[in-house]
Amino acid sequence: MPIKKTQVREIAWLARLAIEDEAMAGYAKDMADILALVEQMQAVDTSAVEPLAHPLEIAAQLRPDSVNEENRREDFQQTAPQTRDGFYIVPRFVE
Amino acid sequence: MSGYTLAELSRLLRERAISSTEIVKSCLERAERHNGALNCFISLFPEHALEQAKAADSIIAAGKAGPLTGIPVAHKDIFCTAGFKTSCASKMLDSFIAPYQATAMAKLDAAGTVMIGKTNMDEFAMGSSNENSFYGPVSNPWDTERVPGGSSGGSACAVSARIVPAATATDTGGSIRQPAALCGVTGLKPTYGRVSRYGMIAYASSLDQGGPIAQTAQDAAMLLGSMSGFDPKDATSADVRVDNYLDALNNDIRGLKIGVPREYFTPELEQPISDAVTAALSLLEQAGASVIDVELPHTDLSIPVYYVIASAECSSNLSRYDGVRFGHRCPEPKDINDLFCRSRGEGFGDEVKRRIMIGTYVLSEGYYDAYYLKAQRLRRVLRDEFRAALDLVDVIVTPTSPTTAFPLGSRIGDPVSMYLSDIFTVSVNLAGLPAISIPAGFSAGLPIGMQIIGNYFQEARLLNVAHQYQQMTDWHKRIPGGWQL
Repeated sequence: MPIKKTQVREIAWLARLAIEDEAMAGYAKDMADILALVEQMQAVDTSAVEPLAHPLEIAAQLRPDSVNEENRREDFQQTAPQTRDGFYIVPRFVE
Repeated sequence: MSGYTLAELSRLLRERAISSTEIVKSCLERAERHNGALNCFISLFPEHALEQAKAADSIIAAGKAGPLTGIPVAHKDIFCTAGFKTSCASKMLDSFIAPYQATAMAKLDAAGTVMIGKTNMDEFAMGSSNENSFYGPVSNPWDTERVPGGSSGGSACAVSARIVPAATATDTGGSIRQPAALCGVTGLKPTYGRVSRYGMIAYASSLDQGGPIAQTAQDAAMLLGSMSGFDPKDATSADVRVDNYLDALNNDIRGLKIGVPREYFTPELEQPISDAVTAALSLLEQAGASVIDVELPHTDLSIPVYYVIASAECSSNLSRYDGVRFGHRCPEPKDINDLFCRSRGEGFGDEVKRRIMIGTYVLSEGYYDAYYLKAQRLRRVLRDEFRAALDLVDVIVTPTSPTTAFPLGSRIGDPVSMYLSDIFTVSVNLAGLPAISIPAGFSAGLPIGMQIIGNYFQEARLLNVAHQYQQMTDWHKRIPGGWQL
């Protein structure tokens, strides 16, 4: 199934990935090749099979609702590109 | 000091025949001398390692040492190590210092191991050749023009070259077993949920599992025993008792039932690998095991199913890298979307972007049923086939990889041919089963790996069979020349 450059652009936007124009054709070809491989799945009738999301099919574990972590905002913000007064700084997007 | 197994070093340390400081110095010297040629380390921590070694020596002197006290190990750079760079081999995390410790790391620290450094890998564990690293490709110690396999190529390389006795690694679709096979070492992917994923940077969360790479099954057993166990910090950690893996090593394998799936002996499988596995099966039969055919008829669909599920999960997991809270931020963003798109576009390499886009595509409206749900249905089919086979036999034996180590650059331009390197390993992750790869021969001077797959939480059985095979063979003792000094 061919993938058009406009589709690559749309998917890249949904995934918030900046892709250079020169690279679009390469991604389109690779995606088409990968989707052709994936297409092999359609050969098997699975209408009677339930989807399996997780290998162990385990239930979520509950824990007591008690404090078990301390606040380490300063530590965690040390790895942030830009902070001020304990806030993460991003370009203004609400006027 | 090079070439000793972990078990031998452990004995020498407890007999006080050598100190941890001496072993660690020797490891660090080799790492520094050979990293230029092999590129298996992203970071080395000589000061920290020597401090840990000194502390280990005091514990040994006080008579309080455990079997791993003072043993140097290298960790795949996917595990968060508090206070140390944790890059996942990505430009995105090139300057990331982990603010907390992964559970598997904390457990190995508590057992007294010494962290020498962090190993190279495919970026975010996506790859089968270790060529997708921001820090450049790793070379195979058996032939530096060839790949070590991936994604845990650095860990497999460092153990193969005997720079360290053992290393940690992770396996989402074969990333412990395939590099172990291509580098001629022993690599164990435990049952999903056996080793905590807390602090292990996520790629595909329903498939990711940490485990050891070592020279022998015995060494892998020693490490696995320390890394494993229930962790309340990982919601998918299994609350299942950890066996004493060392106790089981010497169990007799007479009466062991081995299944062999004919579907794995495809025309793409190189003949010397097929011959080596057949010879290994004869040897196990001579030791009293019986070999019967089992059927895994949908094996050929495991690659498409894997690339839908893993890509879908990665597109979701990697959305956290947004240039805001941590990781790479693009210069001078003009608005918030420009910040997201350019930070991610600049921070991720090609293969990571390809998988995020495939994952985004298969999860998008109109395609979800045809791709993602279809893959999940087939995942059940694949798992049930394994369950049925493992009702008949104790373990399943297969080749680990259809080829030996391939030349650097030979597949990097063709993602689909690269993906097919994992044809014998991915279905095990989809089913969540444990499997080990051990050296089983050579072809044109390159190692051949044999995979042993077991039932859920039967790592002890896998290690037992692998250990018994290693008592009868010396493939695991062969060492690539030139790296031991």
